[in-house]
Amino acid sequence: MARQITAPATARAAAQAARRPQRMNGAQVLMEALRREGVEIMFGHPGGASLPIYDAIYDADHLRHVLVRHEQVAAHAAVGYARASGRVGVCTATSGPGATNLITGITDAMMDSIPIVAITGQVPRPVIGNDAFQEADVTGITMPITKHNSLVMDPRDIPRAIHEAFYLARTGRPGPVLVDIPRDVSQEMIEPRFPDEISIKGYKVVLDGSPSQIAAAAEALSGAERPVIYAGGGIINAEAGAELTALMERTRIPTVLTVMGKGAVDETNPLCLGMVGMHGSAYANWAINDADVILAVGVRFDDRVTGRLKDFAPRARFIHIDIDPAEIGKNKPAHIPIVGDAKRVLAVLIGQIRPPQIDAWWKQIDAWRERHPFRYRQGSDRVSHQYVCDLLNRLTGGRAIMVTDVGQHQMWAAQWYRPREPRSFITSGGLGAMGFGFPAAMGAKFACPDRQVVAVVGDGGFMMTMQDLGTAVEHGQSLPIIILNNGTLGMVRQWQTFFYRGRLSSSILKNPDFARLAEVFGARGIRVERPEQVEPALREALTTEGRPCVVDVMCDPEENCLPMIPSGQSVKEMILDE
Amino acid sequence: MSEPHAATISVLVQNQAGVLVRVAGLIRRRGVNIHSLSVGPTEDEGVSRMTIVVDTPPDKTESFAKQLRKLVEVLRATAIDDIPTVDRELALVKVNATPGTRMEIMEIANVFRANIVDLTDKTMTLEVTGRTDKVDAIISLLTKYGIREMARTGQVTLARGSQNT
Repeated sequence: MARQITAPATARAAAQAARRPQRMNGAQVLMEALRREGVEIMFGHPGGASLPIYDAIYDADHLRHVLVRHEQVAAHAAVGYARASGRVGVCTATSGPGATNLITGITDAMMDSIPIVAITGQVPRPVIGNDAFQEADVTGITMPITKHNSLVMDPRDIPRAIHEAFYLARTGRPGPVLVDIPRDVSQEMIEPRFPDEISIKGYKVVLDGSPSQIAAAAEALSGAERPVIYAGGGIINAEAGAELTALMERTRIPTVLTVMGKGAVDETNPLCLGMVGMHGSAYANWAINDADVILAVGVRFDDRVTGRLKDFAPRARFIHIDIDPAEIGKNKPAHIPIVGDAKRVLAVLIGQIRPPQIDAWWKQIDAWRERHPFRYRQGSDRVSHQYVCDLLNRLTGGRAIMVTDVGQHQMWAAQWYRPREPRSFITSGGLGAMGFGFPAAMGAKFACPDRQVVAVVGDGGFMMTMQDLGTAVEHGQSLPIIILNNGTLGMVRQWQTFFYRGRLSSSILKNPDFARLAEVFGARGIRVERPEQVEPALREALTTEGRPCVVDVMCDPEENCLPMIPSGQSVKEMILDE
Repeated sequence: MSEPHAATISVLVQNQAGVLVRVAGLIRRRGVNIHSLSVGPTEDEGVSRMTIVVDTPPDKTESFAKQLRKLVEVLRATAIDDIPTVDRELALVKVNATPGTRMEIMEIANVFRANIVDLTDKTMTLEVTGRTDKVDAIISLLTKYGIREMARTGQVTLARGSQNT
């Protein structure tokens, strides 16, 4: 069980150290810098090069350290924590293999613009470059997958490196920042000086959009006949959900969301058409296709949304709001580019816009929505994945934090789960990293212990990180983990069925009994084989207190995720029904 | 997609360990081919200038400069396609030269205002400075004598006039 790491005498010493300059070692300086950043929790796994850091953690009573069983989980949990809370997630690993195990989670944070700080141990300075035991060039390896990284070669630089890391991670377009600290830097005694403010010469963030561009955008939207708002994760990061909702309600402009933007507005609002893209709703995709003006905000025109670029919204003029200038015009030219913070820009835009005349447009959209809603058939025999997702939506009222893994179940969850507010749908969007779901749900639960957090995973993805059931049990997490178990790598199997003549190459799994496995870990485990068992099992999982509850639901292995716009194609090629 | 062409991007970077790797890594990751890349100090001690000539479609050059600006160490990145510039490159060319061909080569050097910086009984080494097309031109003339080896600095560029690059 968890050991309380607080040692009152040393805690007092640390508190005193915070008040006046005092000699401390690099690792203690690191703890003080984390305290000043308000870090309350970090996810990590110790090792040789990070032993001094862990020795300082032993005394850091302001900081809760969650020992994970694999560093990949630490990074995913930090992401889940950041996405649920809006704060910076922190993970740590030792040099070499510890650090390389963080890579998938760091890349996920990069792709989805999630603020995390990764702190890695490094071999001592004198042996760097000598192929020492557990040495890896971690700053070199992580250059393309971090917003920024640094190798601290002087303990006096630790405060600046840490405060810069947090500042870079959370400002502008958020992202992961890695700080690599050699073991002897962590051990060296210094008198630290903590900077009062951070100023980074080559880093500027433009927050306020150009007034003339915003005026042009308001004009274009006010006169539009078939406008659409296309909103993404940038809304969540900018905490701009209220502004987007106000804009949508004031103008009645149909609003589609990317998978990263889910929950940006209350998805039960009929003005919201749900998810757009490869597995988005048919009506959201048709609306984009026919739109004359598109307000794209906090999105990056990802290929899973656009399909073939030249056929994406071919008649539309694009207004593109983003905090990252490099996203504007990257994939699709913007007619009205606006660089700025979504919250600020939308707030100004609302004041200038006249609701457009779009009754005819809504008539069209409602007809599409009526003709092609999401639908499934739940027979009496095999359990439909969609039935489980639909039921989870109904049982939680869209008020839980739904965290998914990657694959078919992820898209079904995105289709059926209708979050009522931001930060309530967490998924590996850009990277599509299997193994993400359960650890990210753990991180979200640590961030929001009083909210219902639900992990929905596939059998394939769960196997990638399930060892950390040990961690969730250790911390007594009330966490339902719903496995939509079809005994296959479902999305791979679906593509093989559709595009590779049904040749199911290495996509069928031989699984253990996950419910029994969960019990062995000390979690609750429930196996579901028949449709009528689903609802009682979900209800039990949602109310299990003090330990995770794994519900292993045997699902129909032949169910396909539709609608689907095949990769690289357009809405014209959308597959609607089997 | 339009045809790639050589675009020049001038980049001011903080003079820190690893910055060249970051810039080069970003260029590679975005699938862009480097023609030349030159780095050197500037009037500001902590700042270096990189002049990078890359193959990008004209409509992607600015987008590429924006990606470079996202690197924290990059202080400024300017795509200098459309503004008047001064461009220079330096080349050292070691060419076969017998007593019989020496005069001819010196004449070529004269025309191109190249300096003879070394001489042996078998070779001459020329130093030529100018725009890349001028350097290309003298190299093509010298090819027939047999170029033994050559080193080029890559292009360096500043904007003409009083404004900064």
